[in-house]
Amino acid sequence: MNSGEVFILMSTAAPVEAHAPGGISPSPIVNDFSIHVATVNGSGSQTANNVLMRSIFRMGVPVSGKNVFPSNIQGLPTWFTIRASKEGWIGHKRQVEILVAMNPETAREDVMEMPPGGVVLYDEPLRLSELRSDLTYYSVPFDKILLGVCPDAKLRRLVRNIIYDGVLAHLLGIDLDEMRAALYKQFGPKKKKAADLNWGAIVAGAEWARNNLVKRDGYRIERMTATAGKILLDGNLAAGLGAIFAGCTVFTWYPITPSSSLMEQTIDLLHRLRKDEEGRNTFAVVQAEDELAAIGMVIGAGWAGARAMTATAGPGISLMAEFIGLGYYAEVPAVVVDVQRVGPSTGLPTRTQQCDTLKNAVLSHGDTKHPVLFPGSPMECFTMMSDAFDLAEFAQTPVFVNTDLDLGMNNWMSDPFPYPETPINRGKVLSAEDLERLGGFARYADVDGDGVGYRTIPGTNHPAAGYFTRGSGHNEKAQYSEKPADYKRNVDRLARKWETIRARGLKPEISSRGGNRVGIICYGTSRYAAEESRAQLRDRHGLDTDYCRIRSYPFSVEVDEFIDAHDRVYVIDQNRDAQMLALMKMDYPADRIARLRSVRNYDGVPIDAVTITTAILEGEGR
Amino acid sequence: MSATAIPQPKRNRLGLDVLAYRGSKTTLCAGCGHNSVSERIVEVFFELGVQPWNVAKFSGIGCSSKSPAYFLGLSHGFNAVHGRSPAVATGAALANRNVKCMVVTGDGDTASIGIGQYFHLLRRNVPLIYIIEDNGVYGLTKGQFSATAEVGAKHKTGAINTMPKIDCALLAIEMGATLVARTFSGDKRQLAAVLKACVAHNGLSVVDVISPCTTFNDHDGSTKSYAYVKDHAEPLHDIDFVPYFNEIEVEIEEGEVRDIELHDGSLLRLRKLGRDYDPTSRRAAIDLIHSSEAKGEIATGLLYVAPAGPTFVDTLNLTAAPLATLPESVTRPPREALEMVMEELR
Repeated sequence: MNSGEVFILMSTAAPVEAHAPGGISPSPIVNDFSIHVATVNGSGSQTANNVLMRSIFRMGVPVSGKNVFPSNIQGLPTWFTIRASKEGWIGHKRQVEILVAMNPETAREDVMEMPPGGVVLYDEPLRLSELRSDLTYYSVPFDKILLGVCPDAKLRRLVRNIIYDGVLAHLLGIDLDEMRAALYKQFGPKKKKAADLNWGAIVAGAEWARNNLVKRDGYRIERMTATAGKILLDGNLAAGLGAIFAGCTVFTWYPITPSSSLMEQTIDLLHRLRKDEEGRNTFAVVQAEDELAAIGMVIGAGWAGARAMTATAGPGISLMAEFIGLGYYAEVPAVVVDVQRVGPSTGLPTRTQQCDTLKNAVLSHGDTKHPVLFPGSPMECFTMMSDAFDLAEFAQTPVFVNTDLDLGMNNWMSDPFPYPETPINRGKVLSAEDLERLGGFARYADVDGDGVGYRTIPGTNHPAAGYFTRGSGHNEKAQYSEKPADYKRNVDRLARKWETIRARGLKPEISSRGGNRVGIICYGTSRYAAEESRAQLRDRHGLDTDYCRIRSYPFSVEVDEFIDAHDRVYVIDQNRDAQMLALMKMDYPADRIARLRSVRNYDGVPIDAVTITTAILEGEGR
Repeated sequence: MSATAIPQPKRNRLGLDVLAYRGSKTTLCAGCGHNSVSERIVEVFFELGVQPWNVAKFSGIGCSSKSPAYFLGLSHGFNAVHGRSPAVATGAALANRNVKCMVVTGDGDTASIGIGQYFHLLRRNVPLIYIIEDNGVYGLTKGQFSATAEVGAKHKTGAINTMPKIDCALLAIEMGATLVARTFSGDKRQLAAVLKACVAHNGLSVVDVISPCTTFNDHDGSTKSYAYVKDHAEPLHDIDFVPYFNEIEVEIEEGEVRDIELHDGSLLRLRKLGRDYDPTSRRAAIDLIHSSEAKGEIATGLLYVAPAGPTFVDTLNLTAAPLATLPESVTRPPREALEMVMEELR
């Protein structure tokens, strides 16, 4: 079916239900609102929502998409929020302006949560217009429109939702050509038939709206150029791509939300980008039996000289604790991406938090500590994978990359990624020629004074290459030792290595005018809300703040200096227990800790600017 | 002037002395079966001329897992965490397909804490040698029964084991290992021949070596004591191993000898001992283990071998060179590849 053959359901009965409160003529609100789509999961709504979001993106309007979905495959409520922001704010916003109510189960509650003056587009049988009088309603007979679009009853369920894309295109002024382009890109050339069917539904929705609805609200999308050249993707894809371009060769995983799509998307890309001339793989991917095996394989591969990684979430990290301690003490490079979700225990597997901040920094028994990188954008998911591998191999230790569900699974606008120009650095690895020249080596000797020894990898063709790696006590020559002096010398060297790691860590992003008394510290995805909150504090409340976004742990000296330069510093955490603040309390002297305050959000929904603004105003007594 | 030549130490085909295959001095108990296994490993790797610095040894935790320090001192070794050496060895085997990987571990590691990893090692047919030094007890924590102890086995304290055993060799055959043997640390000849077959095999070799614990499980009433195993072991065949680099003499008596060619061209020559046994049949191997057990016998020798078939390295379609040392020009896709992906995301 092509668009020319679509049967258009013409209305014969007027007027159509379209109420606006008070009959006031609405003032235009252009490119600055959120659309909240409430559907049932497993109903094809993901396609409809992505196409809607991409259409706005293609109109040049900055946009972000957030999926709040259940831990379930089919039949439970799911919400997708698309935020269009001409100012370029792409963080979460709690208030939504337009509701698309498709789920009978949640429709009533969804409507009651709308702010006054909001718009509700709903499935006709739900009769939502009776609930409140301060909203603008558009009732759409989806089933009637669908009958004309999709003769095959079996497929109707899958194209029903995309009709609202057509209706919204008409109501908001989204160019149907852009929607068509977004749709066909989403389906790709192999699924043209499915795309055609969906396109028919979009056109039918738009046509029906044009013929039957009178626009009574002020919300509009108008063309801009703010997204020119930009890409739209989720952080999991960005991190996988980062690992591929970082030269990672061994990938292990165990399925777990929200990290599964990282490895699934990586596998697809690996098969396209990493084949040798004979079509053989220059990588190995293993779906392990559990997270213990996943990290065990990474440790084995890293020890044997391969760049190796695994991706997981909180419960997986808990299982990996023992191996991470081995990696720290035996000094084996490894990269672990933690796409954080809400804990404790199974928690809320499909909601977001930064609740592994503290755990990952000190994971395992004994005196252990680990470098943690905190990407704050898809771009950093990409670049920090190279940083993580370089650091893991230089420092010969496990490195965590802490993202979260919000960054990993939601759609973000980004500048295209730059090709990594820095050559891959494999760290202090001795070759057969080195060994021939040196006559041998002591694996754990601090030759360079930076706490990092020289290692060899199995297969090095020299009789002096071998050494014995163990998680039990060992001396500089990697021999078994229970001597107190050997143990202490070794762990003291590891502490020196920690200082080397600190010096090589990623510098924070700092925005400071000097002279401001109040500072904001954030990390990871909180940056979007924090940046927007700074603008709110400045523009609406006259409070100028300085800003420091931490990008790695251990804290670099710039973070120390930032805190010391301010009277009060608000540390933003997306967890209950202020885990970043807790890390600071572990590492910092009392006078620095005394300057720190906490702002937290931990309900599983991404932190928003208003939450931060409100907390800081309260803290400042305003 | 004396014409007597100074005796030269025996050297193998690589020109290496046997000393190049030894490890540090054992710290295990006198008479421990594990020490015999270490000695056989030294002997076999020396005789076959395996380059010691192209071997990686792995172990978990326990007495058996200490033993990799006592052989092949020039090899890389990795004493990992309890029960998890299969994962570590799998990772290393994938990182460098050219390195000979060998796990030496115990019945606690394999049949209890690490049984999940053991199963998955089996089903992947990871190309490495997996030796279980099986003594039925946790030696390093002072003699608790392990999961391979037989029902009715008597503990040193007089306690009787009531839980059924897990047969690691039976599981190995069932779940995908492509060479499986059971042998006895006291049977030097058979153990050496089996180990040689493992070195020549391309795929996962599992050897369940009954290796008595002289300190905690070598008394009357034990089913893993030297005396008990000597009394109950029933060798299936005499095994001769003919390495590929030796001339093969053709002198076979019809019906008495069966030759099995291994991956590297070496031959396993199995000389029949009273019964017909086909070690290339998985079903026959499983039947044999059950019927021997019913008779109170321990069948020893090569239980099962499938000389061909894809290993995990083949299944993963790995490039010929080790992943660990691939150059950046291979592991980092070109500029155009990134631009292509970016374009798809616009």
